Amino acid sequence: MKLRGSTRRRRSALPTGRGIISDSELHRPRVRWTLRLIHGVTLILLLIIGLGPLLWLAKSSITPTQDTIRTPMSLWPHGFDLGTFARAWSQTHIDRYFLNTVWIAVGSWFVQILVATTGGYALSVLRPRFARVLTALVLATLFVPSIVLLVPLYLTIVDVPFLHMKLINSFWAVWLPAGASAFNVLLMKRFFDNLPREVFEAAQVDGAGPFRLFWSIVVPMSRPIIGVVSVFAVIGQWKDYLWPLLVLPDPNNQPLSVRLPTLQPTTQLDVFLAALAIATLIPIVLFLVFQRMFLKGGDLSGAVKG
Amino acid sequence: MSSPAVRTVAAVGERTRRRPRIRVSRDGLSTLAFLLPMLLIFGLFSWFPIVRSLIMSVQETNLVSTPTFVGLDNFARVVADPLFGKAVSNTAYFALLALIIGYPIPLVLAVVMSETRRFKGLYSALAYLPVVVPPVVSVLLWQFFFNASPTGVFNTMLGWVGLGPLPWLQDSGTAMPSIVLEATWAGAGGTVIIYLAALLSVPRELYDAAEVDGASIWQKIWHVTLPQLRGVLFITLILQLIATSQLFTEPFLFTGGGPANATLTVLLLIYHYAFQNSLGGDYGMAAALSIMLAAFLGVFTAVYFRLTRSWSTTS
Repeated sequence: MKLRGSTRRRRSALPTGRGIISDSELHRPRVRWTLRLIHGVTLILLLIIGLGPLLWLAKSSITPTQDTIRTPMSLWPHGFDLGTFARAWSQTHIDRYFLNTVWIAVGSWFVQILVATTGGYALSVLRPRFARVLTALVLATLFVPSIVLLVPLYLTIVDVPFLHMKLINSFWAVWLPAGASAFNVLLMKRFFDNLPREVFEAAQVDGAGPFRLFWSIVVPMSRPIIGVVSVFAVIGQWKDYLWPLLVLPDPNNQPLSVRLPTLQPTTQLDVFLAALAIATLIPIVLFLVFQRMFLKGGDLSGAVKG
Repeated sequence: MSSPAVRTVAAVGERTRRRPRIRVSRDGLSTLAFLLPMLLIFGLFSWFPIVRSLIMSVQETNLVSTPTFVGLDNFARVVADPLFGKAVSNTAYFALLALIIGYPIPLVLAVVMSETRRFKGLYSALAYLPVVVPPVVSVLLWQFFFNASPTGVFNTMLGWVGLGPLPWLQDSGTAMPSIVLEATWAGAGGTVIIYLAALLSVPRELYDAAEVDGASIWQKIWHVTLPQLRGVLFITLILQLIATSQLFTEPFLFTGGGPANATLTVLLLIYHYAFQNSLGGDYGMAAALSIMLAAFLGVFTAVYFRLTRSWSTTS
């Protein structure tokens, strides 16, 4: 479609440095200074709006509660207390919910990667006769808003059809539905479609079967896309709220996102803010480490969603 | 379904046909083994629930008694519910506010950012940072910022310029705009990244040509940049409308739908029907309302693409 074409054009357009404003316009002092002013203001606004709330959270999580309530915007409170993190971690049992979150994210990641790689491989490389129908069926789910699934999916978890198992309060209730991501499967399939077929043919001549071809050729060649899907899978699960709230009613199994709102009324403000900071840490670190993936991924998601 | 779906299906089909099929093995069993995880997971947790929601919407079902067919009764009960109209108008109000406040901001930001020749990465990282913060954390943090007392974070800041204090979430008039502010903060970064990529794809020759014709910077933005972004702008607009019509976490945690149902959204109402019913979950009504929302979005998207097709495909 339209966006897919633009990705290709983008690469050829990259080397030419100019944007809307030409070099000759930049040499005019009025343009240059206005532009500098706009950029300076934008940078300051972005710092305040993008980074500000997080810096405030970092500051307030080590500030005594009374200071935060009375003068939330003061830069220098009466003393700092790093102990809030230790108290949030052990007394409020953030450690347990943190581990739940990690465990839920890891399991969902595994199921998502398993379904997306094997499914994408079957649809793209093995291509059985009904592959086109299956691809269309997977694609069709992209157009069904997730809200339609909420209630019937919940009832499916309460009583899994054919197996008659109750998955409520089990991590499987989050892990398994996470795998049903059409976005992942189609992304993987598109990547496999573009792998050179000659390599597959060569491997076949050397006697590789479908499993060998998958494990020794396709998976190693697809590390970049598997990396992208992995990072988004972990962050997505970390951010999820409604679904784990529904299927994990036992507080001992709940992830941070579900626990934090219920902890709020009974937790001291400084300890609570420390807990919020702990919950934000991993996604921020992942973002900073894999920045390029996020900031280049914009057109990727746009192309499939559109 | 909607026309873009059909077109994409056609595109996928075409590509599959063109490439020669590779015979990896004649063993259908191994193909089945690779398909199995996808078939199981999609079957149980995607295809089956989609079909089931259609069935449930015409049944009276509550997990206790066996479901009975009730025709369109569930739909009639939803429409007759006085909260239904409230939820629909609130959701539309939110979508409208999010459009007015949230739609132009990423575009302006992206155009300004694309003209930077230094620290490009810093700008986009800062703009994207709120997107990776877990929504629950942002809501709980902003709830504190929205503190209605004069010493609340935002009220303190308003005090610096001699304004306020505002009641923010506690007044039915300001609650929804407050939620829109937070949602815009949390979501704008993703759209900025999409626009930045699209801005790079604008052919440079068009700017050169416009300059030859003596166009000023503003004229270049108005007559070259924006028309070239049309396609992307149309898509982000519809994606934003689809996303805002499914608003849940923010009103659920900020206000629980209050004050006086001023922030009760359609999704919140579905949640109430299914999971916060003292008489046991009314899953039929919840399914009926979900399907009404999905059908509306489907028809709306189809009409939207039909109407905008002639403008957006010429680039």
